[in-house]
Amino acid sequence: MWEKNSVLLLLLATAAIMVGTVITMVLPFAYVNTDRDAIESVVPYSALELAGRDVYIKEGCNNCHSQTVRPLVAEVIRYGDYSKSGEFVYDRPHLWGSRRTGPDLARVGGKYPDQWHYEHMRDPASMAPGTNMPPYDFLDNREVDPELTRRKMEVLGFPYTEEEIRDLEGKTDMDAMVAYLQKLGSDIPWREQERVVAVGELTNPFAGDPAAIAEGLELYDRNCAACHGAGLSGGFAADLSALNYPEEVYFRIIHEGIQPLGMPDFATLGSERIWKIVNYLESEQVEP
Amino acid sequence: MDKPEYNYEIVKHFVHWSILWGVVAVLVGVVISFQLVMPQLNFGEYLSYGRLRPVHTNAGIFGFAVGGFFALFYYMAQRLCRVPIWSNGLARFQLWLFNIVIVLSAVTLLLGFSQSKEYHEMEWPIDILITVLWVAFTINILMTIFRRREAQMYISLWFMMASLIGVAVLFVVNGLSVPVTLFKSYSAFAGTNDANVQWWYGHNAVAMVLTLPPLAVFYYFLPKSTGVPIYSHRLGMVAFWSLVFMYLWTGAHHLLWTPIPDWVQTLAMAFSVLLIAPSWASVINGYLSMNGQWHQMRENYLVKFFILAITFYGLQTLQGPLQAIRSFSGFIHYTEWVPGHVHMGTMGWISLVIFGAFYYLAPRIYGRELYSVPLANLHFWLVLVGQLIFSVSMWIAGVVQASMWHSLNDDGSLTYTFMEAVQAMHPYWGMRSVGGVIYLLGVVIFIYNIVMTARGAQTPRNAAMRA
Repeated sequence: MWEKNSVLLLLLATAAIMVGTVITMVLPFAYVNTDRDAIESVVPYSALELAGRDVYIKEGCNNCHSQTVRPLVAEVIRYGDYSKSGEFVYDRPHLWGSRRTGPDLARVGGKYPDQWHYEHMRDPASMAPGTNMPPYDFLDNREVDPELTRRKMEVLGFPYTEEEIRDLEGKTDMDAMVAYLQKLGSDIPWREQERVVAVGELTNPFAGDPAAIAEGLELYDRNCAACHGAGLSGGFAADLSALNYPEEVYFRIIHEGIQPLGMPDFATLGSERIWKIVNYLESEQVEP
Repeated sequence: MDKPEYNYEIVKHFVHWSILWGVVAVLVGVVISFQLVMPQLNFGEYLSYGRLRPVHTNAGIFGFAVGGFFALFYYMAQRLCRVPIWSNGLARFQLWLFNIVIVLSAVTLLLGFSQSKEYHEMEWPIDILITVLWVAFTINILMTIFRRREAQMYISLWFMMASLIGVAVLFVVNGLSVPVTLFKSYSAFAGTNDANVQWWYGHNAVAMVLTLPPLAVFYYFLPKSTGVPIYSHRLGMVAFWSLVFMYLWTGAHHLLWTPIPDWVQTLAMAFSVLLIAPSWASVINGYLSMNGQWHQMRENYLVKFFILAITFYGLQTLQGPLQAIRSFSGFIHYTEWVPGHVHMGTMGWISLVIFGAFYYLAPRIYGRELYSVPLANLHFWLVLVGQLIFSVSMWIAGVVQASMWHSLNDDGSLTYTFMEAVQAMHPYWGMRSVGGVIYLLGVVIFIYNIVMTARGAQTPRNAAMRA
C-alpha cells in the first residue's frame, strides 16, 4: 500500500527515523549538563584561553588530537584521570576528536612549563624528537583581536573583566594557544590527587653496569635532552652536569617531577628505565 | 508508447562535476597521506594537514558522492516515474549552487573558518546555502515522484525518499549554532551533549548520505546491467524498513568509553550489531540476483563494479558492528584502523557503485558507446588494488598501534612511549600512500575514458571485447 502512496511512505520513513533520534539524541539532554554531572570546580574559559581555543579549532588540531581520556588502565596511566562529563560544560563545540595521530590532550594542562609549549609549537621536533607534527611558528605573527574576543565572551555568556580584554592587546595567537593548552583538564585537582610517589627503599638495580649507562644516554636524549640540553649542559631547564645528588634523589625527581618548576613526572617510563637514566646522570657528574 | 522528454543534460553536468570534485578529493587525500610521513610537506598555515584534511573529506563526501547522487537520483527518478524532472530550472539552479558551495567550502576551510565538527566543518553561511541546495533538490525529486506515471514505486525510490528526509533533519539539527561574525559561530550544544548530537549526525550521515543513496543506485543499476530483475522485492522491503529504523540509534558507538551516559552507549552498541541483518539482506539480495548470471562477472565489466561494491558493503557492515562492541572499541578506537575501515566503505563500496553507474550512463548521456572497455577494466583493477592496499595496511597498523598503546610492563608502567608508537606507523603510512597513488591512477584512467567518450573519439580496435 505504501509502495504506491508516496506521502504515506514519506511519513512512515520520517517516523522510523524519529524513534531512534528522540531516544538516543534528544533524551540524553535530560541527563547531561544538569545537576547530575555538574562539577563545582569547573570554570569557563578566560578571554585569552577562549581565543586560544578558537586557534585550536581554526588550525584543525582536532584532526590529530583527541580530548577525552577513557577509563582504561593504560590510558589513565598515559594521560591522567579519565574525563568526566561535567568538565566539558563550557565547550562549544566539543573537541573530543576521533583519531590520535598525536596524543590525547584532555589532561595536557600543567604537564609541561609554558616555555615547552612555545618551543614545541614553533618547532615540534625540538621538544619531541621523531614527531611528525608540522610547525606552527606562524602563530607568532597573528595577533588576538580584543574586541572580537569580547564579543565571543558575550555570545557564550562567559564572565570577563575590562582588564582581561585590555591585556589581550599585543597578545599573539601563540600566547592564546599556550594559555588554552595549559587550561585543558586542569579544572579538577586530579594532578594533586593522583601523584605517583615512590615508596620504600630505593636501590639501584644497575649499579656499575656500563650497558645501563649507554641505554640511559639513549633514554635521556629522547626524553630529557629537549629541555636539559644534550650532555646535561642545560637548556631552558637546569644544567644537570654538577648536581652530585644521591642517586635516589635523581630517581624521585624523575619519577615524581617537580610541579612548581614545571618538571613533568616520568613515572610512565617505569622504574627500570628511570634507573637507567639515573645511572647515566651519575656517570656524567663533574665536581662543581 | 510515447517517450517522455527526459532531461539527461542535467544528469551529464552533475556527472562531470562529481568526477572533478572526486579527483580533487583523492588528490588532496594523497597529499595529506604524504604529509603524515614527511611533515616538511606542510606548507604554511593554509596548506597544513589540519586545514587540508577537512577539504579532503568534504570534497569526497559532498563533492564526489553527493554530486554523483544528484546525477543518479535525477536519472533514476525520471526513469522510474516515467516523467521528466519536475523543474529543469530548479535543477539548473541546483547545479550552480552546488558548485558555488563546494568552491566556497574549499576556500573557507583553507582559510581556517571551521565549526570543527567532523564532516560538518563549514561555517554557518555555507550551512544555510547547503540547506537551500538540499531543499531545492528534495522538492524537485519529490514533485517528480508525485507526478509519476508508474503507480508502483520501485525500491530505489524508497531509499531516495528516506535519504532526502534524513539528511535534512540531521544536517539542520547538527548545524544549529549562534553566529559571532560571518565567519565564526558557536555550537548551540555544549560539551557532552554536543558530542552526542555530532555523532548522531556523523554516523547517520554515513547512513543517509553514504548508505541509502548507493543502495538506491545498486538496486537500480545492477538489474539494469545484468538484464535480470532483483532477486526479492520482499527482502528489499525488509532491508529498507529495518535499516531506516535501526541506524539512528547507533551514533554513540563513536563515543564508547567517553562521558556519554552509559545507557546511550549500550543502546548504540546493541543496535550496531542488529544492523548486520538489514545490511546483509541487501548484500544477499544482490548476490542472489546473480543466480545463473555469474558468467557476467567475466563478460560484463559493469557487473564487476556492482558486485565488488556490494561485497565491500557486506564486509564494511560486519567490521563496523565489530568496532562498535565496547571491548574491541576500547582497543581499536582512535587508531589507524579507523581510516582503514572508512576507506573500505568510501573507496570500495561507494566509489565502485558510482563508477559502475557512471559507466552505465556514459552511452546514454553521450549518445555513443564507451570509448574503451579494456581501460574500464584497468580502472576497476587499479581502484580495487589501491583500496585493498590502503585498508589492509591501515588495519595492521591499527592493531600494532593499539597493542603498543595498551601494553604494560610487569611493574605496571607503560611499555612504549607515545612517540615509539608514532614511529612504528611510518612503514604503514608509506604503504597507505602507495595504495592511494594506485587508486588515483585508476581515477585518472577513468577520467580519460569518459573524456574520450564525450569527445566522440574513435573506439579503439578491441571494441569487440565490449560486452
